[in-house]
Amino acid sequence: MNAIELSHVSTAKPVLLGDSLTELEVMRDVSLSVPEGEILALIGPSGSGKSTLLRMINRMEDPTSGRIFLFGSDIANLDVKELRRRVGMVSQTPALLPGDVADNIAYGPNLRGEPCNPGDYLEHVGLERELLRRPASALSVGQQQRMCIARALANHPDVLLLDEPTSALDRTASRNIVELILRLNEKLGLTVIIVTHVMEHAQALATRVAMLVGGSLIEQGPAVDFFESPATETGRKFLRGELAEDGR
Amino acid sequence: MDANSYIHISNLDLVIALLFIAISAAVSRWQRLGLERDMAVGTVRAFAQLLAVGFVLQQLFNVPRWHWVILALAIMTTVAAYNAVKRQTGAKHGLFAVMAAAIATGASITLILVIGIVLRVRPWYQPQYVIPIAGMVIGNCMTGAALVVNRLHSELTLRRNQVEAALALGAPAKEAASEAMRESLRAAMMPTINSMMTVGLVHLPGMMTGQMISGASPVDAVRYQIVVMLMIAAATAVTAMVAVFGALRAFFTPFHQLSARLELGEAWDAYVRKKSKH
Repeated sequence: MNAIELSHVSTAKPVLLGDSLTELEVMRDVSLSVPEGEILALIGPSGSGKSTLLRMINRMEDPTSGRIFLFGSDIANLDVKELRRRVGMVSQTPALLPGDVADNIAYGPNLRGEPCNPGDYLEHVGLERELLRRPASALSVGQQQRMCIARALANHPDVLLLDEPTSALDRTASRNIVELILRLNEKLGLTVIIVTHVMEHAQALATRVAMLVGGSLIEQGPAVDFFESPATETGRKFLRGELAEDGR
Repeated sequence: MDANSYIHISNLDLVIALLFIAISAAVSRWQRLGLERDMAVGTVRAFAQLLAVGFVLQQLFNVPRWHWVILALAIMTTVAAYNAVKRQTGAKHGLFAVMAAAIATGASITLILVIGIVLRVRPWYQPQYVIPIAGMVIGNCMTGAALVVNRLHSELTLRRNQVEAALALGAPAKEAASEAMRESLRAAMMPTINSMMTVGLVHLPGMMTGQMISGASPVDAVRYQIVVMLMIAAATAVTAMVAVFGALRAFFTPFHQLSARLELGEAWDAYVRKKSKH
């Protein structure tokens, strides 16, 4: 079964160009599916719509046309809060909620009045239980990012969306996050969609790859195939690092 | 001098008072501030507006009718709501109803209490009491409503990441914005609390001075002022509360998403107008 499926998704956003307001097409007719338990790497030059695509899956934004399905149900018909519980999201830079580490991790379950043992999730992401009572802001950035992953896990999600989760981290911390994602995918069967600029990470993680350029889907398929021989000239150029932001 | 015979200001006195504007104009000319034109317009407007209001109020006072008093209150509230919207730095679309509801709620609750229970004005619509007190309450509600919504806008912009992190975990908009709402409410209520700290020491409120000039004893004037200050504190709190919840509906979509109006600022108004045309 497909955990996530996008069907002909397009979106335009109002943007300010100087003084005048124009609607900019950010995504054009994207259809894409992610089978349950797989890791999809979303790649492409910056400004190609990768983050927008992620944000549409948990309805932080809505497409102007097209439909998105979570395990076969149209997300427009799901309760937004329940959708977001099932689809966890971790942003580029760790976004801390007020309080200590335990408060952060238990935030989701607390909203619904469910019990939560924050220490367990801390262990899941390889952090010590002693950190529970520390203010979240006292952790290193790498630890904070792990905490954000633990926070998403405490909601028992089916899908995890990661928006360049390593871009604020050094090499060691990045490698640890990559290993953590692999472990969670294996242990929990989590479906993962990760936006990344680091091809090394995409290669280490992904079972599938989707490449966006200028809001259009250029390639999608098994990761092995893509990294061995991309189907398009644009894909080859991108892997060689020769693709400019506008896709030429 | 008895209580009713304070010194009246004649037309000639008013003309003499124009000397004051001449002094400001002289400063402006001397320092090349270029404010002379604005000063002239301001003077004319102040004369015209105040004389007109004085005339209308005089009619109201001569023939007190409850429906005229209500109409006056409605006009005051409308103008206040319009001004509270005008003071917003971000997009303004959809905020007039929020401001009007907030100011009307905050002002009417406190006015009913003060007129009905504290002062026990009989009949309740005596313009001599209702109009000046309502003026002070509505004016402060306007400031409170304008402050709270402006602040909520900037807090949500500033805390965008945090708010979206909470939303992404399944929090409803109200919960995700709770920190921002608290900060905004605090900001809206601080001026009233601060003025309670310094009242009498630094400034003498207009109403109190007015009462004393018209012959009331300072002790009586002070009693009124205490009631008014407490009333304003309550009215501001209620208004800010209603405004912050109302504005939340403008800053978030019904699907618990941050609205694009936060990024677009004033351009949002043009965008909404364009969309509704299609």
